[in-house]
Amino acid sequence: MIATLVQDIERHARLGPRALEGWLHDRQFPVVEGRTVTFVFRGHVDEVKLRHWIHGLATALPFHNVPGTDLWFLAIDVPEGSRLEYKLEVVSRGEHRLIQDPLNKNLASDPYGVNSVVYGNGYQVPEWSIPDPEARPGEIVEHEIVSHALGTKKVQVYLPARFRRSRRYPLLVVHDGVDYVRYAALKTSLDNLIHRLEIPSMVVALIQSQDRLREYADDPRHADYLARDLVPQLETAFPLVGKPSARALAGASFGAVASLAAAWRYQGFFDRLMLQSGSFAFTDIGPHDRGPVFDPVVRFVNAFRRNPGKPATHMYLSCGVYESLIYYNRSMVPLLERAGLEVKYSEAHDGHNWENWRDRLREGLSWLYPGPLWMVYE
Amino acid sequence: MHSARVVLLGPQRLHRTLSHAVDSLRAHGMVAAVTAGWEEREGEDQEMREHLGGRTVNLRIWERAEDVMARDPELARALRDRQDRLREQHELYRMRLVHAIEAARELLRREPTPGREEMLEAERAGAIEAVRDLDEFHLRRVSLIHREFEAEWVPVERDAVARHRHELAQILDTCECVCVAGGHVVVLLHRLRLFDALQIFGHRPIVAWSAGAMALSERVVLFHDSPPQGQGVAELYDEGLGAYGGVLPFPHAKKRLRLHDQRRITLLARRFAPDRCIALDPMTRMDWDGHRWHGEPGTLRMHEDGMLVQAGTP
Repeated sequence: MIATLVQDIERHARLGPRALEGWLHDRQFPVVEGRTVTFVFRGHVDEVKLRHWIHGLATALPFHNVPGTDLWFLAIDVPEGSRLEYKLEVVSRGEHRLIQDPLNKNLASDPYGVNSVVYGNGYQVPEWSIPDPEARPGEIVEHEIVSHALGTKKVQVYLPARFRRSRRYPLLVVHDGVDYVRYAALKTSLDNLIHRLEIPSMVVALIQSQDRLREYADDPRHADYLARDLVPQLETAFPLVGKPSARALAGASFGAVASLAAAWRYQGFFDRLMLQSGSFAFTDIGPHDRGPVFDPVVRFVNAFRRNPGKPATHMYLSCGVYESLIYYNRSMVPLLERAGLEVKYSEAHDGHNWENWRDRLREGLSWLYPGPLWMVYE
Repeated sequence: MHSARVVLLGPQRLHRTLSHAVDSLRAHGMVAAVTAGWEEREGEDQEMREHLGGRTVNLRIWERAEDVMARDPELARALRDRQDRLREQHELYRMRLVHAIEAARELLRREPTPGREEMLEAERAGAIEAVRDLDEFHLRRVSLIHREFEAEWVPVERDAVARHRHELAQILDTCECVCVAGGHVVVLLHRLRLFDALQIFGHRPIVAWSAGAMALSERVVLFHDSPPQGQGVAELYDEGLGAYGGVLPFPHAKKRLRLHDQRRITLLARRFAPDRCIALDPMTRMDWDGHRWHGEPGTLRMHEDGMLVQAGTP
């Protein structure tokens, strides 16, 4: 079938621009057939490459040109259920440009820009991450935290629909929380999952750092900020349960490191952790090769692996199999289980990106805080 | 004790059929409302009140139960203790149930060997019977906990409870029918049970939906086929108040159950037979007239062959 598609491309290309135009007109690209994804690019350029972030594949995969035409294509094998973010590297007269795929309207955003995205066979955007008109929306308010450790900080706080001062809510603190809302549909997902009773109504602190690579890399000031400033002040300002079992930390990448490091430094204070694609680089021997920004991370993870203690009772851990971090995350699971934590670990055919983190929110949040789904029938 | 007339409705939040149901009972006077399943939001019944033209009086069952716990700490401790026993009983039941259900599901998934269909069917019947036996055993254990509690504490004779029961009876004297809303089914069930509410409702017709319909049935079944955690095994939670028998309500069935999965539907229907499993979705309605059930067109029940059929058909 793939040979047929490629042959079709070549045949129509040879028939001339008009025939090719007509053939391409009604088609969506990339074409996904079973495990094969075929990318197409048109342009009078010297080279086209697929730039992606899949660990294990060459980072730049060259397209093939149909001789005598401006048409380029590339077919690659992608496992079912995958999500693949990419850009095209177009080389023309010695100039290299990274662009979104002009023939693909599916895009994914992150703080660094916008990527094209292709969905492998069987992948679906989770319906609970899409606004549901039946779900009552929560609201996000701003709150100021006076921190001895990090100075005064503004924090956004998600309050669930039908928030009542007379109730007590569990607390979730999300590192890069504003980005989670913007790029991983966190607010929509919270609204929907609460509406569906899959998680309880909760208060969510969306914290953001201007210096995350430093503060999130086991900076003791950050742990102090969470345990001594942020949580106590939130527990004063909002009707929170105020017990370890109702305090959770979450984060992705360095945010996961910050969550684990804070919970490790303040054992018994936070009971629940959701760590996504944690940058848990460690070394068993010799130096690491991830650059100086990882120095404090590796020091922390090495120390943690030697003496994990019990940073929480429940932990949700997830990672994409296309991430270079997959080895580190997989290595954490037996360690955490031996330390007596109840661990739920999940992998996805995805990379180090926000939509991967979005797609795991239902599983992760409901593991931290199971909702009253079985008991409430409204 | 079954009530004289019961109407079960689909969820009311987005598709209100309550006022039509109340009118159809020729109840033109005051309507007693139970919203205890909404817990601390019990009093936020303005939409219901407006929907019924202002002729409702909220029985404030949740608030009354809170008052009883505050006034009678001894009883409150006993209620908590009973709750702990029920919780543990349920955990133990669940440990056995997941295995029993998995065996039945696996046999239902298996294709019969041509010419030997009877062999597989006998095993399937045996596996489903094992689940039914387990449900029955669990219900007996739960019933024992309730009987022991009732015998030791006789809650309706405690001053704090008796005072509220007296007030409830006075309020109900002015009402022609009772409507019981959904919410947290266990909270609703326990609080109605504390006041022996069904006895106070007397022979007034009852309109109930969602958790309200579940709490008033003879058996309370908790269910969800696709929970974010766990396998989605329906659980028999407790005895219901028994305002009616013969059907088991499954509110929000379209959202909570995989209704297209014939094996799952077969298992539910056979497990709880002879009770009829009713998909109580929005705009549906079942009527008990004191003698038999009538299903409004579009109200579906789960058939043992795995299909959904009109609730009124045999």
